[in-house]
Amino acid sequence: MTTTAVAPGTKPRPPMPIPDIERGRHGPSTIRHGLTLAWRGVVKTIHSPEALIDVTLQPVIFLLLFVYVFGGAIAGNTTEYLQFALPGVLVQTVVFASAGTGVGLAEDLHTGIFDRFRSLPISRSAPLVGAIMADLVRYLTSGVIMLILGAILGFRMHTNPLAVVGALGLVMVFAFALCWVFTALAMLVRQPRSVQGIGAMIMLPLTFGSNVFVPSDSMPGWLQAFVNINPVSKVADAVRGMLTGGPVAGPATTALIAAAVITAVFAPIAVTLYRKRA
Amino acid sequence: MDTVIHVEGLEKSFGTTKALAGVDLTARRGTVLGLLGPNGSGKTTTVRVLATLLRPDAGRATILGHDVVAEPAAVRARIGLTGQYAAVDEALSGTDNLMLIARLLDMPRKAARVRAAELIERFGLSDAAKRRVRTYSGGMRRRLDLAASLIGRPDVLFLDEPTTGLDPRHRNEVLDQVRALAADGVTVLLTTQYLEEADQLADDLVVIDTGRVIASGTPASLKADVGGQRLHVRPLHRTDIPTVSTILAGLTDETPVVDASGELTVAAHEPGLLHVAGGRFDEAGLVIAELGLRLPSLDDVFMTLTGRTAEDAEKQATTTDEEVAA
Repeated sequence: MTTTAVAPGTKPRPPMPIPDIERGRHGPSTIRHGLTLAWRGVVKTIHSPEALIDVTLQPVIFLLLFVYVFGGAIAGNTTEYLQFALPGVLVQTVVFASAGTGVGLAEDLHTGIFDRFRSLPISRSAPLVGAIMADLVRYLTSGVIMLILGAILGFRMHTNPLAVVGALGLVMVFAFALCWVFTALAMLVRQPRSVQGIGAMIMLPLTFGSNVFVPSDSMPGWLQAFVNINPVSKVADAVRGMLTGGPVAGPATTALIAAAVITAVFAPIAVTLYRKRA
Repeated sequence: MDTVIHVEGLEKSFGTTKALAGVDLTARRGTVLGLLGPNGSGKTTTVRVLATLLRPDAGRATILGHDVVAEPAAVRARIGLTGQYAAVDEALSGTDNLMLIARLLDMPRKAARVRAAELIERFGLSDAAKRRVRTYSGGMRRRLDLAASLIGRPDVLFLDEPTTGLDPRHRNEVLDQVRALAADGVTVLLTTQYLEEADQLADDLVVIDTGRVIASGTPASLKADVGGQRLHVRPLHRTDIPTVSTILAGLTDETPVVDASGELTVAAHEPGLLHVAGGRFDEAGLVIAELGLRLPSLDDVFMTLTGRTAEDAEKQATTTDEEVAA
């Protein structure tokens, strides 16, 4: 960005103010600009708390409905079921929230603000990175709210606080991976409504076709096969293990590998599609 | 004279649609270049190529000597863009919007705050600075948008229909700001469908239609190209339009153009035309509401060049325009 060369055919020009004010900040520009844009996302959320509904009220309603409507039928009593379902609903919440990232980006693409970003001397992928970083804050908010509500309803953690942090961390990593899927989707279909619709088509089988709400034992064999390879099940298993005890290493490893693969596949697709708009 | 924007043979297609079919233009430092054309003529596409948002299929464009394809970063460091839709964040306050852009331009926090405050003041947004943009009127959004594109003190400013959807008062506010910027040495490329606006503001004009430059020059030279005075006739009764048209065609060997208000226009090569035509209308027993000679407006230029009235072009733009005209 230090373009001081005078092009042929133009007269020498007086030094412009831009280079003078440019030296104020340092560090890798994608991260720096991404952080600035993440700040925008966070301020935006603070200014319009209604944007938090999908990561706060919605999962709260989900949890209450599942625990009190289906809990008794599934697990015999609601207290038992809460112990089983809360870790899963935690996972489900961030899966839903990650789809919101796609919808938000598709909306941004239509407001013209992305054109402004893309006409600025900043890294091309900074707006994407910024949006995703801001949404990680949203995911974390929703995760914490779920845990607090769970505690209020009587969810008992059997492990240590470090494990709780680990559970939240794993959920965030998985959400980060998934949000690339929805980002790629947003870049592909561009219409916020379509992103929402297609997003739901991906999310619903992914969350309900897992062991988030019900153990897979009662399901037909073909479905069990899907549930067992569904990364959401693995994340739910690992989170359960970390919150209420049980195996962690196995499912967590599988979940992290799945997250890495999803990111490796969809992040380049999303960035390429985003750049191709130019 | 130093050239700031230089465009040669620019072509761009979207699928089978040729949006640009060889556009050439240049803009000199500190001048306003008006890019005039109806909707879909390629104005926005041209701006998007120049602002490095679109890659041209063929041709070359340089901003201050920097090629928009080969050196987009150098170009971006020098330009400001205000698109057709206010590119500001509704959920942020006016100040925060400007701070955001300033920080993305790597200004230190303090300098960013100073610059934002300066522009807020300059664009008369002080009272609304802390309010969310969602609560802003259309005119305020436009002004904030313009302010945002000025944060980095660009040498070149692209304004894509900056006054679309504004009421006359806010339109004039924006136009005044553009004039002031050009006076400060900023080179402005402004697209517009409003001929009046281009006439008032632009030092040079490029008229494009279906992706091609059909005329260029100063507003005065374009008017001169179209020729001298024009005769305008508006019969009181619309049903008389065909008769008036026949009479005028007989007198001038030209087919008059009729606009939406029922006014017929024809080039007046003979100075006596006004008198002769008046006599003929009387003989035919026609009631004429308006009759007169005028120097050509940009409207006439446009019509002569494209075979369409500017109103036709504006009608294509939005259905609301259509409703108003009808």
